[in-house]
This record gives sequence, structure tokens and C-alpha cells, in this order.
Amino acid sequence: MTIVRICLLLAAVVLQSEPPSAQEMTHLFGPEDAPRRLVVRSTTDTDIFAGVVEAFVEGRPGVSVLYEQWGSNDLYGLTTADCRSGDVGADVVISSGVHQMVKLVNDACAAKYQSALTRGLPQALRWRDEMWGITREPAVIVYNRTGVPPADVPQTRFDLLDLLRPEDSPYAGKVATYDIEASGLGYLFAFMDSQEATTFGALLESLGRTGADATCCSAEIIEGVATGRYLLAYNVLGSYAEGFAREDDRIGIVLPQDYTLVLSRVLMIPRQAGNMADARAFLDFLLSQQGRTELRQALLIAPGLDDDSADAGEAVSETAQRPIGLTPSLLVALDRQKRDQFIRLWRGSFPGP
Amino acid sequence: MWTRELKEAAANLSLTARVALAVGSLLLIGGVVVSLAAFAYGREAARETYDRLLVGAANDIAASITIVEGAPVADLPLSAFQLLALAPDDRIAYRVVGVNGETLTGYDDLVLPERRGRGDISFFNAAFFGEPARYAVVTRRFAERSLNGTVHVIVGQTLLARDALALDITRNVFLGLIISGTLLLLLAVLVVRSALKPLARIGEAFAKRDPHDLTPMDTRVPREAAVMIEALNGFMARLDRQFSSMQNLISDTAHQLRTPVAALRAQADLAAEETDEGRRRAIVERIHRRSVSLGLLLDQMLSRALVLHRSDSARREVVDLRDVALEALDSGDLQLLAPETDIQLDIGEVPVPVLADSPSLCEAAKNLLTNAVRHGRGPVRLGASGDGETASLWVEDQGEGPPEAVRDSVGERFVRSAASDGKSAGLGLSIAKSVAEAFNGRLEFQNVQPSGFRVALAFPLVEGVS
Repeated sequence: MTIVRICLLLAAVVLQSEPPSAQEMTHLFGPEDAPRRLVVRSTTDTDIFAGVVEAFVEGRPGVSVLYEQWGSNDLYGLTTADCRSGDVGADVVISSGVHQMVKLVNDACAAKYQSALTRGLPQALRWRDEMWGITREPAVIVYNRTGVPPADVPQTRFDLLDLLRPEDSPYAGKVATYDIEASGLGYLFAFMDSQEATTFGALLESLGRTGADATCCSAEIIEGVATGRYLLAYNVLGSYAEGFAREDDRIGIVLPQDYTLVLSRVLMIPRQAGNMADARAFLDFLLSQQGRTELRQALLIAPGLDDDSADAGEAVSETAQRPIGLTPSLLVALDRQKRDQFIRLWRGSFPGP
Repeated sequence: MWTRELKEAAANLSLTARVALAVGSLLLIGGVVVSLAAFAYGREAARETYDRLLVGAANDIAASITIVEGAPVADLPLSAFQLLALAPDDRIAYRVVGVNGETLTGYDDLVLPERRGRGDISFFNAAFFGEPARYAVVTRRFAERSLNGTVHVIVGQTLLARDALALDITRNVFLGLIISGTLLLLLAVLVVRSALKPLARIGEAFAKRDPHDLTPMDTRVPREAAVMIEALNGFMARLDRQFSSMQNLISDTAHQLRTPVAALRAQADLAAEETDEGRRRAIVERIHRRSVSLGLLLDQMLSRALVLHRSDSARREVVDLRDVALEALDSGDLQLLAPETDIQLDIGEVPVPVLADSPSLCEAAKNLLTNAVRHGRGPVRLGASGDGETASLWVEDQGEGPPEAVRDSVGERFVRSAASDGKSAGLGLSIAKSVAEAFNGRLEFQNVQPSGFRVALAFPLVEGVS
């Protein structure tokens, strides 16, 4: 079902035959008749980001925010098309597909901006003053609390490999991860894994051998873990998992102790944005104390990964954190041949639907 | 108008300011030249540094190309991009071009320039999405069964980091330049200040001096300032001489005039009281004689003062002693004084040049002549002659000349044979002697055979003047 929808979306973007009404969901924040409108295209689920946008709109009666929720690949395709054609599309683009955003900036699609707040960001969380990392979200392992006995809960990737090794492993066919072709974020996590450690090859082999499931979208995976369709899910975005876990005690979360990838969603202002001033105000808001508090409440800044929070509840040690830095070397992830090879390698373990 | 003011200002400019100005402009010109050189060097250094990065990355990529099923496939290494990311804010362009010019991966719109270097590595400049960028091209050749041909790897980068590095190098050089330049300037000012310190000391010494103190200054000063001090000392010495000759003149005059004036007054008193017409006429006759002699005395004293003054201040010129003799003879005073005396001129055909002052010599000659006419016996001869080394201007008469005592004491200031009776031969000789000595000569007395007396002013003859 989801796959079909995404295929349709892709077709719409590529053909440019339809107006960009193919987004998954739109929501208008603020008064309908506000004189200024800020168009935000984001990969973040609307209900997760709603609190943040509402806080932004609250103090600004003249601004309404049209929030469009997109899949990361579609968002990348649409923004690239806008950039090439010069069409005025989004005023703000927020994506978890960091490598895709790096490519957009490298292709001169972004507008420059500097303020005291952007300069306050660490060097790894900004590039060329054209893109900024606004969140801190770990890639986690999610497990079903009833299906996985406490002794089995994998603390590292090696534990996960060990669980899958026996011939009659109860976890065979019960592990899920992102489909890296359908999810830009899934591709990025997998690619970073492949650069990070040799465990990636072994993991891929194990998952393939045990018939693990590759599917799209955080929500589906986490729901699957909750219902027991899956016992484990690998490389799930921690912010979503944490949101589910708070309302559903069937779900457990582990930050891998060998290393934990930390993603910062990227905000970028397209060069041809129609409402540059409010786009900048929105960025400054997200980087401000108030904005960060809202992001923390939305779990987009994970506890323990925040620069200025001393709460180390679930944190992994700092040496185990692998922030995905905003550097041009992420261009490699999007390289045509590299991507082909990587997907071919991955498909070897996860034959497509 | 303002150029004159400017010139005046330039003339008054202190030495410190002059040196500071000179050093400053030297530093400024040098600074501009060095800065330009540093900028050129900085650009070159930045270009080479980052060109190497480009080549390194391109080589990494080229090395990652393998032949898979007859087609070249690049397995982009992350390290290549991490290398390029050393220029953190620069955008990256790359393209791998296949054997037939097709894009294997990367940006399709990067075009290989038509004119390239021959080697396996070449560089070019082109825009990348509107921003200037620098590219390296690395060539890799394949000779496989399934693929034979050349694959090009183009890697490019925008110029932010290069420009920043070039600017940084230039700025560092410039900073060093400004610091060292300021130090140099300060040093120059200090050196000039200390070099000019003796001047201030000299000025202070002068200011403290008593107005009557004309003794020479201490010449233990730097050689450059000594020139000035010596000139000043010479000037002061001249001033001193003139000052003392003036004092002498005043005291001599007072001393010598007192007696004749008192005598005149006594005679005049006598004349006023005398009733006898005959005796009264005799007194008036005496008064007349005395006043003439007093006038002569005054003339001599004035001429002596003139000679003393000129000997210090007048310029020395080549003077022909024959001209001096002629002028002394023609001056006419003698005809008035003693119209009956016979004066003969004795000069030759050959010029007698000396280095002296003509009016002073003339005064001296007239005094000698007057002495001869008044005290000697005629006939009197006046002549000028040279004998190879010495030039002399002489006066001869047939008398015995002045007594030995007078000859020996010539030049002492109060010599008068008998000033009160109007016969002041000593003063005339003293004038002649002063003149002779002022021009490196001397006064000579000779008794001539068979009878007679010659007094001569002898000077060194000037060579080479015809």
C-alpha cells in the first residue's frame, strides 16, 4: 500500500505533470487570513512537529505556517526540481535525509543566512551557512518487551548478531529495518553503518539469511514491534520510538553501546524562497532557547544528546556517539554508481517485494 | 603662493621629521612592494596546496575504478571526499568520464576543456553553479580484454578556502611588516634624537655664555658639529679682535688727544689775555700750527683704525704694489704738507703682485711717505720692486732714519716720538707694521749707502700672476 503510494509520488515529481499536491499530508497553523504565509516542507510527522510550529505561530499573529509532510526522497526530488526550474516552492525545507540536503547545498540550491544563533551551532551542525542541524535523534534498536526476554535484549550490534546466529533462532524473520530504497533516512543510516564498522557486512548477511523484513516508515515498523509481528527493529529513529514507547509499554528501546548514530535533521532555506524573512525567523526560533525546549518536548532533541542538558538518563557515552556531521563528504552517499552498488549489495540480502 | 609657504615649511622641517619622513616613505614603498609580492606568493601557495588536494582526491577516485562486466565502475572512496572537505566550506564538483565521453557518475554538466596539458594530470578553471571553481583532471588508462581506453576523473572545488589562505598569508606578512616598520621608524627617530643631542648641548652652552665672553668653544663634539663650532670660533675671534681694536682706538684717542687739546686751550687763554698785538699774533700762529698737527694726528689714528678693521674683514685680492705706490703719491696730501719736498717715483716695467687689500696698503704707504717728508731729508724716493720671492713697497730718504729706540718699539700702542709737538712718526710706523703683518709681511728698516734710510713693506710675491 505504502510502496504504491510512494511510486505514484515519485512519478508525480519526475513528470512534473501535476501541481505539487502529492504530499502525504498538509496542515495550516495560524489564522487562515494571515497576511504572510510560511511554507514548510518537512519529513517530520505533522503531529510530532505540531507543538513546535504552534509555539512559533503563537507570538506572530501576522504569520501562518502551511506545513507539508513529505517522504525524504520525494522531498529531495521536489526541491531539486524547484531549484532547477526556479519555481517558488517551499520557504523552509526540513529533512532527515541529510545527504540529500548536502547535495542540494552543493548544487547551489540554498540561501545563505547568518545570525548569532546560527553561529552558536557547532561546526559539524552547519555547512556554508546554508544548512543547519536542528535536532539530535539517535538511531536505536526497538524490541518487543513481551517477546524478548530481558537477557536477550541486544545492547550492541554484536549481541544482535549473536541472537540471529543459531539455526533455530526465534528471531528469524522477526526483525525489521528500513527499506533503504524507499526511505532516504534508512539509506543514510545504512550507508553510515557501512562506513562506520565491519559489523555492517555481517549484520547484512545475518538479516538476509534469517529473512528479516525491510519496509518503509518508522511508524509501521514500530507498530509492527508493538503488535508482535516483529520482535526487533534495527536502526529506527529514536524520536519516533520514544514517542511510541511513552504510550505503549510493549515497546523497549536500546541505544547500541558499540556506537550510536546521531542524526540532526537539516533545515535549509531554498534560494528562491518566497518568504525569506519568516523562513529566517523560523530558523532562529528553532535554534532559540524556546524552540529548543519545544523540540525537546517533541523528543526531537533526545535526552542525553542535548548539548546543554545534563540529563544522561538513557545516554550512551560520548565516545560511542557518532553524529552525522554536515560535511560535503556525504555527497558520496548520493553518488550514482556508489548508490547503485550499495543498493545492489543490500538487495542481495533483502530481495525486493 | 602656497608653494612658497610650502618651501618655507620644508626649510624649517626638523631633522627628526626629515628622517622619519624619509624612512616612512621608504617603508611605505617597500611595504607596498612586499605586500604585493606576499599576495602573489600567498595566492600561489594556496593554489598549490589546494591543487594537491584536488589531485589527491581525483587519484583516490581513479584508483577506485574497476571493470565490472566490461564497464568501468567507480566505487567512490569516502576518503577522497574527506580530503576535499579539508576546505570545509567549499562545494565539490566531480565527474567520472567514460571511454566514449559518457558520464559514469557525478555532475553531467562538467565539461572537459578542449585544450589540456599533455600529462596525466591537468588543471582548469570554470564556474560551478555560478561560483568560480578550480578543477583537476586525472587520467586513467585501461587495457583490458573487455575495455580499452581512457577514463577521466574531474574533481573540482570552489575557491573559498584558497582565497582565505591567500588572504591569511598576505595578512600575516602585512602584520609583520607593520610591526617591524613601526619599530624601524621608532628606532630611526631615537637615533636621530641621540645624534642631534650635541646640537642641543652646544645651543645650551651658547645660551649660558656671558655676552662678553668671546673665547673659543670646546671643539670636542661630533665631527659634523665641529665644523660649525670651528666656524663659530673663527667668527668670535674676529669679533674679539675688532672689539679690542675698537677699545684700543678709543683709549689711544683719548690718551693722545688730551695733551694737544690742553695745550691748544692754554695758548688760546694766553691769546685772550695778551694785549700786545705782536705777541698775540705769534700765539695765534702757534695755535694754527698746533691744530694742523692735531688734524694730522687724528688722520693717522683714523687710518690706523681703518687698517686694523680692514685687515680682519676685507677680502684679500691680488694687488700690484706699483699701483699702490702711484695712488699714495697721487693722493695729494703730501703736496699740501710739504710742497717744497721733491718726491721721486721708482717703479719698473714688471708688475709686483701681492695678496692684500689695496686701501690698507695705500694707507701704510702714505704714512711712510709722510714720515719721510716730515722727519727725513729730501730727496724722497717711493718705489715698488720684487726680487723673485719677496715683493716690497719702500720709501727712501737721505736722513738717518728714526733713532734705534723708536725702531725697536714700533707697534707698541703709545709710541710717539713727540705727539705733543705734532710729530707723530711712531704712529705712522705702527700703522705700516700692522698692515705688513696683516698680510703675512713685515716692516724692514735699512740704512742705504752711501747715506740715507729706507723703510720697506715686504710681502711674499704671488706666483703665476703676470
